[in-house]
Order: sequence, then structure tokens, then C-alpha cells
Amino acid sequence: MTVARRYSTAARRVRGLGAARTGTGDFITLRVTSAALLILTIGFVVTVAALLGRSHAAAIQILASPLVAIVLLLFILTSIYHMWIGMQEIIIDYVHRDLPKFAALIGNTFFCVVVGVVCVFALARLTFGL
Amino acid sequence: MAELTTPRPRPLSPHLQIWRLTLTMTMSIVHRITGAGLYFGILLVAWWLIAAASPNAYATFETFIGSWIGRLILFGYTWALLHHALGGLRHLIWDTGRGFEPTEREMLALATLVGSIGLTILLWGVGYLAMGGPR
Repeated sequence: MTVARRYSTAARRVRGLGAARTGTGDFITLRVTSAALLILTIGFVVTVAALLGRSHAAAIQILASPLVAIVLLLFILTSIYHMWIGMQEIIIDYVHRDLPKFAALIGNTFFCVVVGVVCVFALARLTFGL
Repeated sequence: MAELTTPRPRPLSPHLQIWRLTLTMTMSIVHRITGAGLYFGILLVAWWLIAAASPNAYATFETFIGSWIGRLILFGYTWALLHHALGGLRHLIWDTGRGFEPTEREMLALATLVGSIGLTILLWGVGYLAMGGPR
């Protein structure tokens, strides 16, 4: 029995409920990713602006260049990590019944992983010409 | 002991319909809504990157984004991104323990709104001129 369990009340031990004790980690991760995103968003916006009105050939040349691809990759992966936690918070706030809550939480994870993998694949294909 | 297993209804704090709508409260709600919007907006980014693989798919994407509905979505995405970024910056300022005084938080909320709208219009204005301006 862990220390935290030993000092919890009898009612809490029986119900097996209470704080998950991992909330602070999510709180900090959200802040750290948001600080990173403030910088990366500028890179993303500048990239999109640079592509305005360019031909397809010129556009992929810019997208496939190492610096742009790395900034985009960082922007997308950090965004997805950030929005995964954010959506989790929204779900926990509004969905209280177990089945829809867990379905939504799992759906959130699936969505984030799939979108992340698709974006990484698409960028890799552009950069390495797979 | 059976009645102990049914959870007692917990006390609830007053919710939206109780409080008078304030600017800081509205900005808090808008922060969450723009966050949820950006969550699905990433699909647009994914589509853009997938489409870049072939000229045809890229042309389809450009046609969509150039249509009025595409532009409306992109305009909304731009504003949501900037609003959420500035709102996040406001939260980071609060995390240092600063900006909680009544006048300060009102000013921060207003700055988020004015800043996001102003920056969106500025970006689209610059983009419009870069695309050749009025032709």
C-alpha cells in the first residue's frame, strides 16, 4: 500500500475514487507546450504566408526544405500533444457518464494519433520524396 | 450500509446562467471554443500536407480554400489560432501571479480580443496585397 493510500480516508479506499494524482503533470505539459507553440505558431503562419499564390512546384520546394519541414513538424506534433490534453479536459468537464466519457477519451486519443501520423507521413513524403 | 454506496449529490457552484456576463468570463469561454475549433482545424493542415504530394490534389485544395466557404473557414481558423495564442499568453502571465487586479484582468481580456482581431485583419491585409491586391 502506497503512502497516499495509507493516509486516505476509509470511504475513499472503499470507493476507489478520488484524485487521479496525475493532474499536475497535464497542467504543466499544457503550459510548456503552449510556450513552445507561441514561437512555433509564428513559424507556421510565416510558412503559410510564404506559400500564398505560389505554384505547386514552388510550394513543395519550400515545404520540403529542412528548416521549414522541421518547424512544421514541431508545430504539428506540439499542437497535437497540446490539443490532446485540452480536449481531454473538455471531455472530463462535460461528460460524466462512464460509457460516453471513456468512449470520448479513447476517441480523442485515436483522433490525435491518427492525425499526427498522417501529418508526419505527408511531410516525410514531401521531404524525402517517398 | 447499502445506502452509503449511493453517492450523496455534491454541492454545485453557480454556473453560467447565474452570473452576469463579464468580459473576462466571455474570453474564458471563447478560449475554450477556439481551442475546440483548432482541434478540428488541424484536419485542414493535414489535408494541405497530404494534398501537397500531387499537383492535382493541391489544385483541388487551392480551389476549396479559394472558394468563399474555404476563405471563411481559413479566416475563422486564423482568428481562432491568434485568439487562442494570445489567450494562452494571458494564462502564462497569470501563471507568474501577475495581472489579477480588476483593472489588469479587464485590460488583458480586452487586449486579447483587440489583438486577435487586429492581427487577423493585418495578416489578411498583407496576404491580400501579396496576392496582388485589387485587380
